[in-house]
Amino acid sequence: MNGLQQDLLNTVDRICAEHCPRTLRESAEAGEWPAALWRALEEVGVTKAALPEAAGGAGLEFGDAMLALRRSAYHAVPVPLAETMIAGRLLAAAGLQVPEGALTIAPVVQSDVLDIKSKKTFSGEARRIPWGNHCAHAVVAGENEIGIVALKGFTGLIEKNLAGEPRAHASFNAAPLLASGSLPGARARLELEGALVRSVQMAGALERALAYSLQYAGERVQFGRPIGKFQAVQHLLAVLAAQAAASSAAADAAVEASAQAPDGFAVAVAKSRIGEAAGKGAEIAHQVHGAMGFTREHNLHYSTRRLWSWRDEFGNETYWQSRLGREIAARGADALWPMLTGL
Amino acid sequence: MHEFRFEPVRLPAAAEELRREVRDFLAAEQASGAFTPSRNSWNSFDPGFSRKCGERGYIGMRWPKNYGGHERSALERYVVTEEMLAGGAPVGAHWIADRQSGHQILRHGSERARRELLPRIAAGSCYFSIGMSEPDSGSDLSSVRTRATKVEGGWKINGTKVWTSNAHQTHYMITLARTAPKEEDRHAGLTQFIVELGRPGVEVRPIHNLYGGHDFNQVIYDDYFVADDMLIGEPGAGWSMVTGELAFERSGPDRFLSTYQLLLASIRALGPQPDDRAANEIGRFVAHLATLRRMSTSVAGMLDRGAQPAVEAALVKDIGTAFEREIPEVFRHLIATEPTLGDGQSYAELLGMTMLRAPGFTIRGGTREILRGMIARGLGLR
Repeated sequence: MNGLQQDLLNTVDRICAEHCPRTLRESAEAGEWPAALWRALEEVGVTKAALPEAAGGAGLEFGDAMLALRRSAYHAVPVPLAETMIAGRLLAAAGLQVPEGALTIAPVVQSDVLDIKSKKTFSGEARRIPWGNHCAHAVVAGENEIGIVALKGFTGLIEKNLAGEPRAHASFNAAPLLASGSLPGARARLELEGALVRSVQMAGALERALAYSLQYAGERVQFGRPIGKFQAVQHLLAVLAAQAAASSAAADAAVEASAQAPDGFAVAVAKSRIGEAAGKGAEIAHQVHGAMGFTREHNLHYSTRRLWSWRDEFGNETYWQSRLGREIAARGADALWPMLTGL
Repeated sequence: MHEFRFEPVRLPAAAEELRREVRDFLAAEQASGAFTPSRNSWNSFDPGFSRKCGERGYIGMRWPKNYGGHERSALERYVVTEEMLAGGAPVGAHWIADRQSGHQILRHGSERARRELLPRIAAGSCYFSIGMSEPDSGSDLSSVRTRATKVEGGWKINGTKVWTSNAHQTHYMITLARTAPKEEDRHAGLTQFIVELGRPGVEVRPIHNLYGGHDFNQVIYDDYFVADDMLIGEPGAGWSMVTGELAFERSGPDRFLSTYQLLLASIRALGPQPDDRAANEIGRFVAHLATLRRMSTSVAGMLDRGAQPAVEAALVKDIGTAFEREIPEVFRHLIATEPTLGDGQSYAELLGMTMLRAPGFTIRGGTREILRGMIARGLGLR
């Protein structure tokens, strides 16, 4: 890790310490927009970290932006940072200007289709738009084109994922596009970008679940000693650490391969592997915490409820594993090793 | 906060060139009928193949040239080993000597040992076994009872080693023995010796494994004499060598590619258009494999830079060996067949032999439970 990356992480840590106490997480879950937190992230340029400099970015590498995102997920920030990052990346790829403020994307449900071929208006149903009720703009994707739509005065149904993050439903009928452009494979790219950021976020949330578990195992005393001294608990934590480590590696690999545009293979590997780790890791973290971790009072659930939500967003493990499996089967067993080694 | 970073490794151009070269070599060897991809590459003992590897400079790759080595980087060595394993090459004869014995001799051996042994190992004509476990000493290695007592000009060894792979076919064995009585520090007083097999005072008896194969042996020492310059390191320094450096041998591709041939055979058997469940399972294994490879190459990069990634290495072995073991367990559900005894190339025999070998994967080189203990220590729990 270089100095700039360390500074970036310190900045995210500082902002979260200052602006993201549990009272803020609670009010965000109740539907309040965490304006001060978002403003603080904007002020230091984190919300534009994934943009190329020419598109108004902070001049960071994509990997640095993902490092910041991962750390923000470690802190369970209740804001659409991931969504804003990938919306901006899609716009920049299509040569469109990136609006100020928090951005989201649509469609995110696999069976939803938006027709934006006219490039002036678009129509279609989009469910579970992340943070749709709090974002002024959404980037919408058709098969080969994207556009920007204003979401002001959102009135549609708002659901929450397990972490209490809003997921808004919208129905568009010849809704005006503020701007639009061509982007070959836009819809497919949106899905990959989404799977990539959720993978990175899950890696961060797993790190936190491990950190909470190690802390708790060191503090909680039963039978006269900290439960972390019991071999059974140690082995559980070793397995959790392995899941966190594998997730970290898979997320890094996907990010590195996706600096310009998401890499289909690496992203499918990451979402599959980390989605699996999320379930296994969250289970262990709760087991180690016992009843204490089952309360609203303990902070563990801010991480684990995100893990349980994010693993199913932008395609669950089955979806990505099957995609990988079909591709490999079609290419044949002899093509596997060259795929893995890149030669 | 325990943050695991598996930094990317960019393989140097020379390593990629080497990869191509090894692939061509294996393709030619296979075409000439020299080998058929084996189910358990590094347990297939083939001196002819090992000598060819030696001629081509694939053994002792990191060692100095004056000891027969090739002064290549850890990453170049990594590329060769993973290509050998993925290609199912019969590398078992030279595997241990190349992976760990030679390395230890180079680091801690006497000048005579280096001059006499390393060039022969690098040539692919001198093979080693590991003598650690004993009848009453497995995971608790510090309890070894094999004793070495000082005599004029050397040491006399008495005791018994077990599970000694290939000792009936190898030339030497590095033996861990107690050279001072067990005291409060149970790790003190242990020493490693280079023992030449086939000489008076050492007897090798077969131990057949569960499927009737003969890899393991029992090795019995009866006043076996070892010269002073066949010690590895100073007397009493054995423990740190065994636990410290060997720990790093846990992260290589041999810890997750043991059943790779079965994975390939299963993908072939399921065909180009597998059903949903089969596609899912294939994809899952590939996602695991790609991630393991990332972690393993990253650890190789850390070692190359002189870091000590003991916990990372243990993590790779723990999840790598679990991955190896899961492959037969999953595909038996997808490809209905009755696993069959035999060393043939049919799917039923490949599956059968893999199943019978699988229990060893999470035992050899440190059991899963010992590894998890090491990981826990790395996490600050011990």
